[in-house]
Parts: sequence; C-alpha cells; structure tokens
Amino acid sequence: MTYIAKPRLHHPSLVKNKAGYTRRDYEGAVSTLCAGCGHDSISAAIIQASYELDVLPHQIAKLSGIGCSSKAPTYFLGASHGFNTVHGRMPSVMTGANLANKNLVYMGVSGDGDSASIGLGQFAHIMRRGVNMTYIVMNNGVYGLTKGQFSATADKGSISKKGVANSDEPIDLVSLAILMGATFVGRSFSGDKHQLVPLIKAAMAHKGAAFLDVISPCVAFNNHPGSTKSYDYVREHNEALNRIDFIESREEITTSYDPGTLTTVRQHDGSILRLRKLGEEYDASDKVAAMKRVQEGMAAGEVVTGLLYVDPSPKDLHHHLNTVDVALNMLGDADLCPGPSALDRINAGLRLSDTSSPCWAASLAASSGPPSCPWPWASCSPNSAAPSRARSPWAARPWAASAVPRWALPSAYGWSCGRAARAPAWCSPGSP
Amino acid sequence: MKPTDIANPDYFHKVVDCQWACPAHTPVPEYIRLIAHGRYSDAYMINWKSNVFPGILGRTCDRPCEPACRRSRVEDENLVKGKKEPVAICRLKRVAADYKDDDDIDAKMPKAPEKNGKRIACIGGGPASLTVARDLAVLGYEIVIYDQDPKLGGFIRTQIPHFRLPESVIDEEVGYITGIGNIEFRHQRVDSMKAILAEGYDAVFVGSGAPRGRDLDVPGRKEAAANIHIGLDWLSSVSFGHIDKVGSRVIVLGGGNTAMDCCRTARRLGGDDVKVIVRSGFEEMKASPWEKEDAMGEDIPILNMLVPKEVTHKNGKITGVLFEKVKAEYDAKGRRSLVPSGEPDEHHECDDVLVAIGQENSFPWIEKDAGIEFDKWGLPKLNEKTFGSTHPKVFFGGDAAFGPKNIIWAAAHGHDGAISIHKMLIGENPEERPAPGVNVASQKMGIHEWSYDNAPTIDHRLKVPHRPKKEALKDIMAEVELGFDPQLAFKEAQRCLNCDVQTVFTGQLCIECDACVDICPMDCISFTDNGEEKDLRTRLMAPAMNPTQDLYIGNDLKTGRIMAKDEDVCLHCGLCAERCPTGAWDMRKYYMEMTQAEHACRKQ
Repeated sequence: MTYIAKPRLHHPSLVKNKAGYTRRDYEGAVSTLCAGCGHDSISAAIIQASYELDVLPHQIAKLSGIGCSSKAPTYFLGASHGFNTVHGRMPSVMTGANLANKNLVYMGVSGDGDSASIGLGQFAHIMRRGVNMTYIVMNNGVYGLTKGQFSATADKGSISKKGVANSDEPIDLVSLAILMGATFVGRSFSGDKHQLVPLIKAAMAHKGAAFLDVISPCVAFNNHPGSTKSYDYVREHNEALNRIDFIESREEITTSYDPGTLTTVRQHDGSILRLRKLGEEYDASDKVAAMKRVQEGMAAGEVVTGLLYVDPSPKDLHHHLNTVDVALNMLGDADLCPGPSALDRINAGLRLSDTSSPCWAASLAASSGPPSCPWPWASCSPNSAAPSRARSPWAARPWAASAVPRWALPSAYGWSCGRAARAPAWCSPGSP
Repeated sequence: MKPTDIANPDYFHKVVDCQWACPAHTPVPEYIRLIAHGRYSDAYMINWKSNVFPGILGRTCDRPCEPACRRSRVEDENLVKGKKEPVAICRLKRVAADYKDDDDIDAKMPKAPEKNGKRIACIGGGPASLTVARDLAVLGYEIVIYDQDPKLGGFIRTQIPHFRLPESVIDEEVGYITGIGNIEFRHQRVDSMKAILAEGYDAVFVGSGAPRGRDLDVPGRKEAAANIHIGLDWLSSVSFGHIDKVGSRVIVLGGGNTAMDCCRTARRLGGDDVKVIVRSGFEEMKASPWEKEDAMGEDIPILNMLVPKEVTHKNGKITGVLFEKVKAEYDAKGRRSLVPSGEPDEHHECDDVLVAIGQENSFPWIEKDAGIEFDKWGLPKLNEKTFGSTHPKVFFGGDAAFGPKNIIWAAAHGHDGAISIHKMLIGENPEERPAPGVNVASQKMGIHEWSYDNAPTIDHRLKVPHRPKKEALKDIMAEVELGFDPQLAFKEAQRCLNCDVQTVFTGQLCIECDACVDICPMDCISFTDNGEEKDLRTRLMAPAMNPTQDLYIGNDLKTGRIMAKDEDVCLHCGLCAERCPTGAWDMRKYYMEMTQAEHACRKQ
C-alpha cells in the first residue's frame, strides 16, 4: 500500500473518451493491497476496459464479497455503484440487483476463497441462472488475508510458502462455469494486460453470464518456487489459445485480415469477436471441446488462457423470466397497481367459463389474445420476440467507433436515474 | 535502445532540469527542500558555494532554471487556470538569504590559509572576478582585484537599481568574499595590460565586463546631447548619487533589462510620463517577461515597432523623438527584417532620452602587442573549456569573455577560470576538467516512508509580495519586492517535485508484476519489446513526445522485454518504488555539485 494518494496530476496527452471522461476518472481510492499484488493489475485492467468502452461510471454496479479481491472494487470505478456483501454471497445480491434494475452494467468481483470455498453454491447458481454480468475471480490460490493457507483453487502438489504440499484436488472455476451454463468463459493472467483488457471488454459487452478466471499472484504468500500461481510459474506455463484482437459491430466490418490467423465469432446481437489464434486450432464456440481442452490443460500442468468458451446467442435471466422491457425498478404505481378494472379482467380470466375444465390454468392457457391476458405487461413483451434493444445500455454497440452510444449521452440515461414520472404508454394496462 | 548508463553523472543530472539549465549547476531541489525545512543557513551555503551571490541572484537572476522547470510541463491546466508555471526558484533563493542566521553563516565561511606565494590579478570587480578571487583565495593564492569604481561589485553595483537590489545585500555578499582574506582591492582604473603583466602576476583574470553602452546615431543626437544619456552610464551615475533627477517626460529606447531598469529608475527620479519604445515586437524584446511586467505595473507603457529616426530639438533643447513605424517581415528562411509599414511617422515629446539599445565589449586597455588575440567581433580568442586566451597567463570570464550575458553566467565562468588558473599553476593540464561530485543515496526510511516529502502539491505558483506602488515610487532606495515570508516560502517550496530524487531501476529484481505501471500517475513507465528510440517513443503507455528528455531503459528482465521510462513528466512521487514488491525501483537522491578549484586538482 502507499501512504500518499495518487497525485491528481496526469500526463499532458491524457484524452477523454466519448463519454467525456479520462482514464483517470475511472480510478478509485489508492490501493491498500500489498505492493505488487496481482489484484491491482486487474483493477487497472478493469479501469482501462471501462474507459475504452466509453461506459458512464454511474451506469456500472460493482459487487464483491469478502477477501483481498473483494476489497479491490474500492480501488477502481470510484464513481460507480458498489456493494460489499457477506462472504460468498455476492452472487445472490447481484442476482437481485440485476432483477430490479437490468439497465446497469454488473460487475462481480470475487476471489478464490469467496467463490470457490464459502460461496461455491452461490457461484454455481448465478451461472446457471444466466445473470447478465461480468464475474471476475481474482484467483491467487491462497487465503491472503489470513496469511496464506491454501484455497480451494490451489493445485494439488503446489507448495506453500512454508514448504508444505497441497493434498487436495483443486476446484477449477472455469470448468465449473462452463458446466453450469455461463455463456462467456475466459481465463487470463494479471501480468498480461494485452490479453486481459480485451477479455474484460468483451465480457462486459456480452449479454449473459460472463465469467473470467484471472490468475493473480499473491506476492506476499504465493509467489515462491513450487507455487503454481506465481508470476514465474504462470508465465512459463501459460498456454494462450487466442487473443481478442477487436470487437466490431455488424455495420462496419471493414478490417481486412488473414483468415488463417483469426477466428470470427458472430454474436446474436450482430457484433463480431475477432480472436487471434495463438498456436493450435481452437473453436471457442464449441462447449464440449472447450471443457475437454481445459481439462487436458490441467492434466498437462498448463495454464490455459484466452477466451475459452462463448455462446454467440446468450440468453439471460430476464429472458428466462420473461420480464418486461423496462427495468422493474422503473415501474410506477400505475403499472404495479393497475386498479380494479385490471383485477376484474384477471379474475374474469381465472373464472371457469367451461365447467368441464376444473383447472383455472387450463382456462388461462385456452384464452388467447391481449384482451384476456391477465398480466398487462405480458402482452407487451411476448416471449418469442427479441427484447427491445432500443433501450438497452448496449444497444448502440459502444465499441463501434463511429457512433456515440445512446446510453453514453445524458439525454439517453435520464430515464434510468430514478423512477419515471409517468409510466410509458406501452406499459400501462392496455384495454379500455 | 541500449540500457541507460546511469553511472554517467550527466544522465541523472539532465533529469534535474533546473540544475542542468543553471550555468553554475546549483543543486536547486536540495536547497529548496532545506528552505521547506526552515534550514535557511544550510540552503544559503549550498547556493553560496555554487553561485557565490545567493542574495543578489535571488533578486536579479535571469533564472534560466525556471523555463526548464519540470513543474511547468506537468501541471494540470484545469487546476491552475490554464497557466502552467515553474517553481519560483529564484525568489526561493532569496528566502535563504533573507532568513539565514548571520552568525552561523560567518562561522561557516572559509578562511584563507597561509599564502602559497603566487599572485593573481583580477581586472574588474564584478561577479566573475569575485568568484575567481573566492575560489583561489581559499587555496592560498594572493588576489589583487582592480576596479575603476570605489567599491567592489561591478555591474551588480552600478547597473542594478537599489529598489531591486539594496546595496546592503551587495556589501554583505562582497564582504563574504573579501572576508576570506588574501584579497586586496585596488581602486584603480587599468589602462595597460602590459603594465599589469609587468607586475609579475602568476596569472591574470580579465572580468572587466562589457562596459560600453551602444550609442544612438540619428540626426539631432549631437545637438540635443545634454538630454540624451547612455543608459549604462546613467544608471551608474544614479547608483553613485551623481544624478538624482530627470525630466518629467522620459523616453527609454531599447527593449532589454537595462531599458527596464532605466525606465523604472526614471519613474522614481521625477519622470511621471515615462515610456519604453522598442524597434522590435513586444514578444521579441530581450527583457525578461517578469521585468517587463514590473515596468508596466509602474504605469510605463511599452510601445513597439518604432524605429528612432530623428531627435527633434529647439534652441539646443530636446523637444522629442521622431519614429518611423515598421512591421516585421520574414524571408523564406524565417529570418525577420523590419521594413517601413508606410504609416506616417510618430513624434513623441520628451525632456530626456535614455538610450539602452545594447552594450559592447571594449578592451582599449589591452595593447595590440600584449600577446592577446581578438576575433573580428572584438572579443578575445578563447579556449572554450579553459577560458584561456592566447596569452598563457591571461584568462577571461564573465561578459568580457563571450559578450554580455548575466550574473549567473559570470559566476559559472569564474569557477571555470579559477580551475584553469589553479591547474596551470600546479603544472596540470587545464584542458582536463574535473568531473562533478556525485553522491547517491537511497531515500528509503521505512516500508513506505521516504526522507523527502514525496506527495506533489497542486498549488499554483505564488506571487512575491510587492511594496505598495505609491510608496515604492516615492523612494528610489525602497526595495519593491518584499520577498516571500517563511509561510509563503514553505508553500512555494512544496511545489518543487524533487527531481533530484531519482527513480533507479534494477532489472534483476523485477518480477514484472506491472504494479509500477498501474500506479504511475503520469503513465511514464512501460514494459515492452525493445526497439529503436523513435519507434519506442510512440508505443509506450503514453507517447514520449519531448525528444529533449531521455528515455530510461532498463534490461535484465526475465521475459526479455525492457523497461522504458519517459523522464519528461515524472513527478518523482516515488509511487513506483512504493508499489514495487521487490525493490526493483528505488528512490535515490543524486546530489551533484560542480567541482571547484579547491577539489579539482592534484590527481592521486
């Protein structure tokens, strides 16, 4: 840690992004982590990624649990929303927050203790629910705050600072995340920002559960010979499968490239990920192959990094739950208490018109068309339709260089800063 | 690029921009820190050793250090209202002189040892000669200083008005030198170099300045001579009390610092309508910006692009000066020439004209056959390293050597001249110059504690308090600038970035964790693949676009990359070293001082 705050003076060439902020504006308080901690590098990568994405600081929510990693959100995005939860319970809080206000960009920051030990159950469930978020585990293989005991991600045979070998099997969060249904899974290394920053950017832009396992050496307790999470070990055993070169929108595919060196992943929203191949042939959209490759790497003692798995057509929690387009925290009293006429309609829908059918649900299923639909908003957002992207923070594809994203403009985010004074017309009870 | 050789004393010397820019290479950050600590006497002695006249220079220096100051490159426009400014180095120097403990200083002053039997003549009693006298007196030489004026000081005493530099300050600092002993002052005008050489001196140092003021050559000059004065001579006469009044309407011709001194002096001797009129544009004037500012602050307008054409007079009395209006034109090579603008001539009425359009060297007293050769501009042919002339025993320094410069250059020349004389007299080769003394020490006090105040402030430059104008203009002896008080001095001193506390990198210790890259507020540090400098400068964390500032290259990294640090905008805040887990970065103070005659010679 340092005793002085980072000076406000900055390089004369520092430029503002399209949102009107410099990279320094995305910083937080000065870190109190140990000097040389990998977590600080990951913080710097998050700052860089947020700056490059032109994201408005107050449109980000960063949530964390307990541990060195979970202290880290204090040290970046100082102007964003933050929530420091009970140990291992960050996924629940993030799920709830995301349910209430899906318009924010969610970033979960956790560690190997917080996610693989005390919070393992929570970790699994947030992945299978497909919460739209970027979940970053700063993985150092030890409990740093309690002076370096092995954590659940420590490799078997890894030697502690005291010289004792770890006898337990490691939990591989990458495999677990893929298995549990995360739709964007990558692994990286705090000492390689060229790989890490684009991965974080792509994860933040991914509209589903994105998980990044970032190996982050603990300089105080796990950076010695015999450790499998030291700077030297990770550099020697790093098997980078690919590197995200750039992300571009459908409208502007102008860059020419050598097809032999790049893999293209066309995503459902039209954006395209260009993955630079590093060595072997690897298809990041093949889930089974991804699990196989990760396991093979583990068996061979490699640290397999890069974008390991991406589902180009992710579905998120709100899609599964079929919620309305507007964030739930934006619904006004008129939407939530539509009044006696709406109640009458609901009741009418529940009434058995046909005595031969004893079940009200069957009646509901039989009824068709908006007039008899019991929930006023269900008719507005049919399950099959794609969510209206016009109001999504990602609609404008912020990585597109040509256009300022809608949500980066003050006029576009006004609606998310509080409850709307008047509910939008399309969301009020429809029938007379 | 090759790894940086930090063993070369010049490398880190260059990083200390102020010290590098100073002709005498005064260790500026060191004395500024001492001022912040309230150790004024120690700060004074560092200055005294290096530039001999801290109290005088703290009021009058041309301050080449300030335009070089790193602070003016790193300040945030938004925090300083668009004006990036250097540390007020010069005025802080004055603080050391103002608040020093005089008894303490007296005790610290050197005393001359027993005479070594060799005698040196110094011609002229200005700063160059006084510096030679000081450096050589402490070695046992017997010094004789000749000057035409009754007191030592040269131009310091005769040209700088007392409202800028009180005489007591000159007396004090000249006194420190003569107080060493073995220094004799002869109030005697030297008319013959041969005569001096005939007196058997072992060496002669010529520090006679550039004493001749350039004259005006226009019609009417002779007829109105009674009211046309050469600025240099006029200021000197004012200084010695021979002149105590001037007409109420005064025109000062010329745009240098002498012109500024003339006009401000005229304001105090009865001139209420004083104007400065220059040939060139306002921006190209030779006067320092702050001197122009001070003159304009005393209600003296500066009119530019006017070339004097004729002095008008009636019945042998001046009535005014006629000026031709000009404009600047640039040829293909960008050279400027002033051509008539075609507008009608302007006439300015006046009672007196002060001519301050330049000064020249003048050596009528050096006989052609004295063995000293001169070049076509009338300057002595000198060895640029040793300041030795074509006569083996005669050395030059100050304005006499390379034409008019300033006090700090004179002091620097004096040190060099003294080294040459000493080396010559002990039989060494004066061409071999001594290396500077360098002392390197880590500033680490504890895990996160440094022996210097490493947090940069964001305060903007403080103004030196001035005497109220009404009061100042009434009394020619009343010093206008009152100087910083200790509180202001502390605040201003804190603006110094401590550029002498260097970031030193040891590649073998580095684990490439990026901690320094992440914390550096100025994005100075990059770990990248090596390349040519030109290419490297473009692909760092932030582009290094100032080619006058070096890239510090460190190697021996495990990944085979290099560490490249752009020295240009480093705040020397030490955060890289604080965040470094292995001590690969360390903050080390490079205390560099120029070697003077006392320690320069006698190789082991």
